[in-house]
Amino acid sequence: MSILVDASTRVICQGFTGKQGTFHSEQALAYGTQLVGGVTPGKGGQTHLGLPVFDTVAAAVRETAATASMIYVPAPFAADSILEAAAAGIEVIACITEGIPVMDMLKVKAVLAQDYPDTSLIGPNCPGLITPDACKIGIMPGAIHTKGRVGIVSRSGTLTYEAVAQTTAEGLGQSTCVGIGGDPVGGLDFIDCLKLFADDPQTELVLMVGEIGGGAEEEAAEFIRRGYPKPVVAYIAGATAPAGKRMGHAGAVIAGGKGTAAVKRDALRAAGVHVVESPAELGVMAARVLAGQSQDVSAS
Amino acid sequence: MNLHEYQAKSLLSEFGVEVPPNLLLKQASAKQVATALPASESGRWVVKAQVHSGARGKAGGVLLAESADEIVQAADALIGTRLVTEQAGSAGLPVNSVLVEPAVTIEREFYLALMVDRALQRVVMIASPEGGMDIEVVAESRPEAIFRAIINPTLGLGAYQARQLAFALGLDGRQVNAFASLALKLYRAFVGRDAALIEINPLAQVADGELVVVDAKISLDDNAGYRQTEWWQHRDVTQEDPAERKAIEHGLNYVSLEGNIACMVNGAGLAMATMDLIQQAGGMPANFLDVGGGTSAAKVTEAFKLILENERVEAILVNIFGGIVRCDLIAEGIIEAAREVELDVPTVVRLVGTNAEQGRQMLGDSGLALIAEDDLAAAAERAVTLANSNREVSQ
Repeated sequence: MSILVDASTRVICQGFTGKQGTFHSEQALAYGTQLVGGVTPGKGGQTHLGLPVFDTVAAAVRETAATASMIYVPAPFAADSILEAAAAGIEVIACITEGIPVMDMLKVKAVLAQDYPDTSLIGPNCPGLITPDACKIGIMPGAIHTKGRVGIVSRSGTLTYEAVAQTTAEGLGQSTCVGIGGDPVGGLDFIDCLKLFADDPQTELVLMVGEIGGGAEEEAAEFIRRGYPKPVVAYIAGATAPAGKRMGHAGAVIAGGKGTAAVKRDALRAAGVHVVESPAELGVMAARVLAGQSQDVSAS
Repeated sequence: MNLHEYQAKSLLSEFGVEVPPNLLLKQASAKQVATALPASESGRWVVKAQVHSGARGKAGGVLLAESADEIVQAADALIGTRLVTEQAGSAGLPVNSVLVEPAVTIEREFYLALMVDRALQRVVMIASPEGGMDIEVVAESRPEAIFRAIINPTLGLGAYQARQLAFALGLDGRQVNAFASLALKLYRAFVGRDAALIEINPLAQVADGELVVVDAKISLDDNAGYRQTEWWQHRDVTQEDPAERKAIEHGLNYVSLEGNIACMVNGAGLAMATMDLIQQAGGMPANFLDVGGGTSAAKVTEAFKLILENERVEAILVNIFGGIVRCDLIAEGIIEAAREVELDVPTVVRLVGTNAEQGRQMLGDSGLALIAEDDLAAAAERAVTLANSNREVSQ
């Protein structure tokens, strides 16, 4: 098992024939993802990377029975692409695109909530998601992943890879890794992913990578505090970040004294989460928690 | 991107918002004051320094004048100086212009703003009878004095929502309509110009009960620059950190910090994590720097140049998670860049990903001050040690 995507997931790429779309589609195919086609308006009927190109997502879904899409469409057109995917019945939409205006995302969020409540949007401004050895939808390097026991949810890109590499080095592996993105308004949040991981038998521990800004980590802490069935390990980036400065991600800013790393860490600790101070300790802590847990089980 | 007060008021008037008559002075010109000064019923004017910061009054950036001569004097005193406010940092911000407006006698001050609430994922309008103050302070001390309208993006702000806020503020019949009309115009401006924040503080009630937009602050969404080109052309880069500005031109994300250990990282999250590691190892980061994906030699060169402009830097930590890009190519880029900038600051390089071993070998063989380290925590410790010994040598 895994969450959101697995080996049977049929995937299309929006922005398929562009530079980014082409490169990452090649990578996805090389990883073994069931990429079944792509969409570039006006290029329908062509073949790209040996796969059919469609004019619309609706046509792609009709012809390929795809249920997931990865979006590499430039920012001015990306919100429209998300809505097109949702309207065509795509269930899992990973929008990699960075720099989408907040106003566009606010509308997308409202429309998804109202008209397509069962659609899962991942991102935007995210690395995508991967279920190791099964399905890679995004820009993450496939080779660092191994199939395993840890579910990862993160607001970051390369810092997620760090968590992946460490859990791989510890021999734990990953069930599914979801990069939820660094924008203030986006799709799935920590709580959505925690819920999915809770119901996934393959996931034994959840690793959360947060960062300064907003209150998503605090909300996740409150959700975990009310009772979560699996151990959670967390790291919050940005303890040294100054207030009022945007740290790369649009959403990573301490505003009005809110959203500091210290507050987030305290909230998570109070909820029983194993919070690590150093990003170098994510894998070690996950291994320790899982080892302790199996000892508890064998002792009882 | 932040707008000046005079720009904010001009943007709002495009959407039909009534703003006080004003005169913008870029120099203390007696002639301009003589010909274009708006009349003042009170016989007094305020002269306000135009900088990207709040708390200007406390910092001496808002002066009162009772004649044309005094206006010119006030303008002369402010223009060309740097204003050090609580928010702007010790270096202050350059005052390149002042805005002159008739002074009004304020009976009550309200707060009115539009912003994106991240938890709700909606735009909210916030109103408070505690105007003229820092709203975050009010939110802490008197949360019951803050009223919010949550806006459905497909419907926009409802007139009923605007009226609800007006009644909550204790406005009377005639004011309610004026307030609602203002609120709806502000929302249209917010959406129409892709704002991230519109703040009217204070919204003042004057003698006849009229509501006056005394101060206005607007930030625009950085992601929407491509479709708000008119306002982006008016961006005042003199109000921004020169290094941060230069970084943006090269597709880099840079924030200056106080420490002595520079870092160069691909990815914002990993960049923040690297800063945290430096601090845990007993050092202080000199900057946040995200070189983004790709990590070409040209980009790394610009990143090194930017880092080396900061004289405090005594060691550099480069942390690149290669991922899809091969580490030997990244190493090649780093070596090329280090040669071009004649890198003489001790630099620890951590490379992870495909061909990392080969990359490390190339760094070691380069004959440059590049030290390869593959463990994340060890790399940070090494950089801190090098910075400390570098400091001892130079002392």
